[in-house]
Amino acid sequence: MLKQIIKRMATAIPSIIGVVIVTFLLTRVLPGDTAAYFAGPAASEQAISEIRAKLGLDQPLPVQFLAYVKDLATGNLGNSLTTGQPVLDDIRARLPASAELTLLGLLLSVLVAVPLGILAAVRQGSWIDHLCRLVATAGVSLPVFFTGLLLVYVFYFKLGWAPAPLGRLDFFYSPPETITGFYLVDSLLAGDIEVFRASWSQIWLPAVTLAIFSLAPIARMTRASMLAVLASDFVRTARASGLKPRKVVLGYAFRNALLPVVTTLGMVFSFLLGANVLVEKVFAWPGIGSYAIEALITSDYAPVQGFVLAMAILYVLLNLLIDIVYGLIDPRVRIEA
Amino acid sequence: MTMVSASPASAPRDGLLSHARHIVAENPVTGIAFGLFALLVIAAVLGPWIVPYDPLASDTVNALQPPSAAHWFGTDQLGRDIFSRVVVATRLDMVIAIASVALVFIAGGFAGIASGYFGGWTDRIVGRVSDTIMAFPLFVLAMGIVAALGNTVTNIVIATAIINFPLYVRVARAEANIRREAGFVQAARLTGNSEMRILLTQIAPNILPLMMVQVSLTMGYAILNAAGLSFIGLGVRPPTPEWGIMVAEGASFIVSGEWWIAFFPGVTLMLAVFCFNLLGDGLRDLVDPQRRT
Repeated sequence: MLKQIIKRMATAIPSIIGVVIVTFLLTRVLPGDTAAYFAGPAASEQAISEIRAKLGLDQPLPVQFLAYVKDLATGNLGNSLTTGQPVLDDIRARLPASAELTLLGLLLSVLVAVPLGILAAVRQGSWIDHLCRLVATAGVSLPVFFTGLLLVYVFYFKLGWAPAPLGRLDFFYSPPETITGFYLVDSLLAGDIEVFRASWSQIWLPAVTLAIFSLAPIARMTRASMLAVLASDFVRTARASGLKPRKVVLGYAFRNALLPVVTTLGMVFSFLLGANVLVEKVFAWPGIGSYAIEALITSDYAPVQGFVLAMAILYVLLNLLIDIVYGLIDPRVRIEA
Repeated sequence: MTMVSASPASAPRDGLLSHARHIVAENPVTGIAFGLFALLVIAAVLGPWIVPYDPLASDTVNALQPPSAAHWFGTDQLGRDIFSRVVVATRLDMVIAIASVALVFIAGGFAGIASGYFGGWTDRIVGRVSDTIMAFPLFVLAMGIVAALGNTVTNIVIATAIINFPLYVRVARAEANIRREAGFVQAARLTGNSEMRILLTQIAPNILPLMMVQVSLTMGYAILNAAGLSFIGLGVRPPTPEWGIMVAEGASFIVSGEWWIAFFPGVTLMLAVFCFNLLGDGLRDLVDPQRRT
């Protein structure tokens, strides 16, 4: 088993290499002269060429690439001009906020989408099937930043059920002691119900926004794979043997239908990590997405490159995890591998 | 639509028409989508001439007015008429989407056909490029590309095309691969056609219908992607009317209750994407009935 996991991990290496090459190319095609940019507008010709030498930009591309890889290996992503901090530290500090939001959004969406997909497949053609189709079509058409704003208007301005969209925690509370970096988890671990409630009141709206966005692919995939499984021979046999419909659907069909759904999660994560950036902007969420946006606005490129690289590596790792989980769930994959 | 009847999967011409009628009848939503599409085309073509106000003219006396008979969608913080801005913005949003889809249709389509038809090294290189693109969360990659190439509309088009590249390659590659040894291809080869000529005159026309489905399915995504990029301040700059940037401008007024500034451009954007997704579904039902969901 361990051997297979290692083998799977090896398949992620080409992706990582590809990601590193692309991010390198992105840093080298920066608009204008990078050295002139770093030197500032008042720099003399000589100062610019000194900086060029210092940054290694006068070297041939392959040499620059090696230097870049060396920097990455030592965790040097450059400094942010705005915060004055190393980009790696900034990203590390802000990553838990993004991760908490994304994971909660995914969780909510799975909790709704999977039952919806199952019901739609079991009662094909009923109102719930039509609802599922509507959700699947509407969900992919909704611009996630627009859904977020609508929810803010309804739940903050009209109903007052949610606080103003201004970050992770009201300034009135101090964040819980960092253990996992997730406020919801940390506040519970610290036994501070007050802070838990406060951070929940901030996170639920952006999480629902993300959930609505990722509902569509999961519901659609669950429905399709349930339909395929329900039409298969072993389900017919189970039914013919007189098993209760509940047992057939949840005990036999669902377990088999789950596999394609797990595979879809890879694509869902691609969407979610992108949507996360937009949701963070709408809700002033202090994650790495809003960090990248702030950097973009001030033309501070090191954080943007660091952000793209971090997200890509995170995504590759998530896909790897999904692959491994898939192998764990499905014994057939294990034997064939 | 002679391309469609060239596909071996579809029936002869009159059959196709009745099939189309059947699909529209079974799913009236497709009819609505066609109506929306017509509206979008009209707004994109005639937009600047049919709007009641100049989309850039500010009128601070009438700033932040809710929707009324004079201003159907209300006015924004500078007193600009939101209805006029939404209608005029259609052209820019459509041009971005169409340009990026056209670009990826040609590049991705050709790379995919070549990769499926020739196999070997072509396939390996194209596959590797696609895999590398797919290794990124797509919107994040688009952000990175626009940030690196420079903050212009052209670069939004390029970035949107690049992130859709793997999708087009996959469809074209699979279809070309099935047909590489088909009877009509062998016949063309026997009569002395060059490989490149077979690729362009025999394979390409045959997979065109499926590629067209892909086009309308990705149009919606392209519009969303471009609007998302301009929402975070990339590409289109104010005061240019564009849906994403208009939603961004209205975002700060949502918390104080001026919902119409962000609402109308947002709804229009949503309807446009919805329209293309439905058209894509309808077109797929028409071209490839087996893949209906």
